[in-house]
Amino acid sequence: MSAIDPKHVRAYGDTLNDGQMMLSFSLPVPFGEEAKEAARQLCRQMGLEAPQVYHAHDLGEGFTYLVVYARSPHTVDTTQLRVTKMATAQLGKDAIEALAAQKFTRRLRVLGACTGDDAHTVGIDAILNVKGYNGDKGLEAYHCLSVKNLGAQVTNERLLEEARAFQPDVILVSQIVTQKDCHRSNLAALIDLAEADGVRQDVLFICGGPRLSHQVALELGFDAGFGAGTLPSQVASFLVQQLPPR
Amino acid sequence: MSELVATFAPIPPGFGCPPLDLDSASVARARSLAQQIAVEVQERLAGQSTLAIERTVLRLFGVTGATADGEPLANRVVMALHTAGLLTGGVARPFCRAMALTGLDAQALAEAVAADRVDLRAHADCLDVVPEVRAIGETLAQAGVARILARRHEREALIGKLGQGVQPLKYVIVASGNIHEDVIQARVAARQGADVIAVIRSTGQSLLDYVPEGVTTEGFGGTFATQANFALMRAALDEVGAELGRYIRLCNYASGLCMPEIAAMGALERLDMMLNDALYGILFRDINMQRTLCDQRVSRRISALAGLIINTGEDNYLTTADAVDAAHTVVASTLINEALARQAGLRTDQLGLGHAMEIDPMRPDALLLEIAHAALIRHLFPGAPLKYMPPTKHMTGNIWRGHVQDALFNFVGVLTGQGIQLLGMMTEAMHTPHIHDRYLALESAQLVFGGAMSLGTELRVEPGGKLEARARHVLAEAVVLLEEMAREGLMAGLARGHFAEIARSPTGGRGLDGVFVKDANYWDPTADAITAALQALGQLPARGEAQP
Repeated sequence: MSAIDPKHVRAYGDTLNDGQMMLSFSLPVPFGEEAKEAARQLCRQMGLEAPQVYHAHDLGEGFTYLVVYARSPHTVDTTQLRVTKMATAQLGKDAIEALAAQKFTRRLRVLGACTGDDAHTVGIDAILNVKGYNGDKGLEAYHCLSVKNLGAQVTNERLLEEARAFQPDVILVSQIVTQKDCHRSNLAALIDLAEADGVRQDVLFICGGPRLSHQVALELGFDAGFGAGTLPSQVASFLVQQLPPR
Repeated sequence: MSELVATFAPIPPGFGCPPLDLDSASVARARSLAQQIAVEVQERLAGQSTLAIERTVLRLFGVTGATADGEPLANRVVMALHTAGLLTGGVARPFCRAMALTGLDAQALAEAVAADRVDLRAHADCLDVVPEVRAIGETLAQAGVARILARRHEREALIGKLGQGVQPLKYVIVASGNIHEDVIQARVAARQGADVIAVIRSTGQSLLDYVPEGVTTEGFGGTFATQANFALMRAALDEVGAELGRYIRLCNYASGLCMPEIAAMGALERLDMMLNDALYGILFRDINMQRTLCDQRVSRRISALAGLIINTGEDNYLTTADAVDAAHTVVASTLINEALARQAGLRTDQLGLGHAMEIDPMRPDALLLEIAHAALIRHLFPGAPLKYMPPTKHMTGNIWRGHVQDALFNFVGVLTGQGIQLLGMMTEAMHTPHIHDRYLALESAQLVFGGAMSLGTELRVEPGGKLEARARHVLAEAVVLLEEMAREGLMAGLARGHFAEIARSPTGGRGLDGVFVKDANYWDPTADAITAALQALGQLPARGEAQP
């Protein structure tokens, strides 16, 4: 194999720089040669070369499903990548408890909710409930944390009202339903409300969900964001390191 | 063991479940405890009604439509009495009395009340149901029941004429938020082999204390359940079904704060299945337990009359609790759901009791444990069209792995004789299904169901082996839990968090303000008409006979 040039990286199939890509999509075009040609033209417009329609299936109602392989001639310079990553280190539960004992004179208060219309508590429960996720204990199991989980379908207004009573150090918001990007507007609205209430700067705002990332969270005005597969200890690591001593 | 499987849809040759040697005393004990729990809670709540139940009375009377600002007339009429503290005798008496005195029909009267042209409060003080008023109520109630029965007979005739898919029925969801897009997705799914189309509701709908009106094109994570949307999808599925020569079933959700009302709408629009769980709203939507337990009874009586299949939601328990540790809670809950459903007049072949495949697939012997659980449920409910739910908790963005998990799920479903298979989607963890996700899922199901069609009646479980031991163990644990709940009562059991590791208080949650104690003069002619119709159908014991 020839040497990989990190300044000119192409997609890899089985030979360096072969640029192999796989795509699958449907078109609102009746099944037939026209549908296959439409798929090939679409791939060429995407900058792909030599598109091969390997599978086409008649979905009915004038739709066709296609599996296409093609070659991408494009390259990316991996020496110039800039990504937003969390600066804090990943600690285990014992290290988190030890750091918290050193840094804080009281238990940190964590308030969690699944906000807006969202009724999917799987994410927030996995992070907060004692049971946790994938063998990693939830935040309720941490001695250094005092957790309140408001559950599903909590309005932003109610969340902030609860915050006035509970005085949290951290607010965790879960958003699973992302249809028409409702999670973005809902999360941004929470930050606006928190700023109007004057509580934004005192509290660490963290969001999580399968379509969220740290980068998106920062764009929306949050302090951090966690995506799919996040373990409770990752969240706990972040907050004990990020919060100033109190 | 083909006698185990349900007869609600055709059974392919050899379809069934391997025999399982269960302790018959434990099975009998579990069922009798569930019955005891159901009777206790029903007796406790018999004296209560709810806003949703009263609105359902009006829906069955034929009241439909909304005010210009979108408030349904059924809500407006019921609230006119409730806010004045005049609803304890039920909505029927003042409403029918006002009809008698004004000469208006039900719809015209509801419109007049909404326009403040008739003040119902003036009709609530007369406590007697005079013969003329009684006759109006009984006639309206009979007409409502007749409309529902007509749709039931229509379904039976269509299935007879068109035929239908074989078990396990392939059930897929549509959830675009826009009913017109849903129709396209559903028609494509039917052409790819789907037998049941479920329109997932917009995520906030279960907490709305009214049913939105009209055709809707915006929703989040699903599409609003409205009577107009029901009718649109029904017509589309009838059309494509006629072309395919296969009756396509339609499913929606009679759950949340409008449980009985949506059941009535579904019955009137010939839906074939309804998600309808006695406990789900309490646990997962924090709806008050008195509210849901009252509402579920009325909704199930209507579904019993409509001849549709209810689906219970025990699969959800395993999304919050561990699927191995909590397997017995699913069994206990399905038994309670069954007992409550039978009290409402649902026949065995209407009980789509829910369970799921949610064990971590990387756990050694995960498949063996799943087969043990699925076979146990199959053996506990012979003749019921069990609804088996796919992996969700352990689905990731790795769609290829997800597709394999779903194929294994399909294998367990056909091997154990499940009646309704909710097909998993490879994109489960990512978004509501794309048009080809459904096609790929249906193709996989057809491949697995066809290839493993008669394995269930050919294979034998090793006596005294791991699989049998697991099934017996889960049943024994379920009996222990049911003993405890029978001692405490269902409501106290829910308050202690026995199910899904979620605790709810009898006076907590949403919708308690919509529960009221019926006074001595309470009158609901629709309840009497439904009971009489269910007795005539042999679904409820005739007066004086004991509950079976």
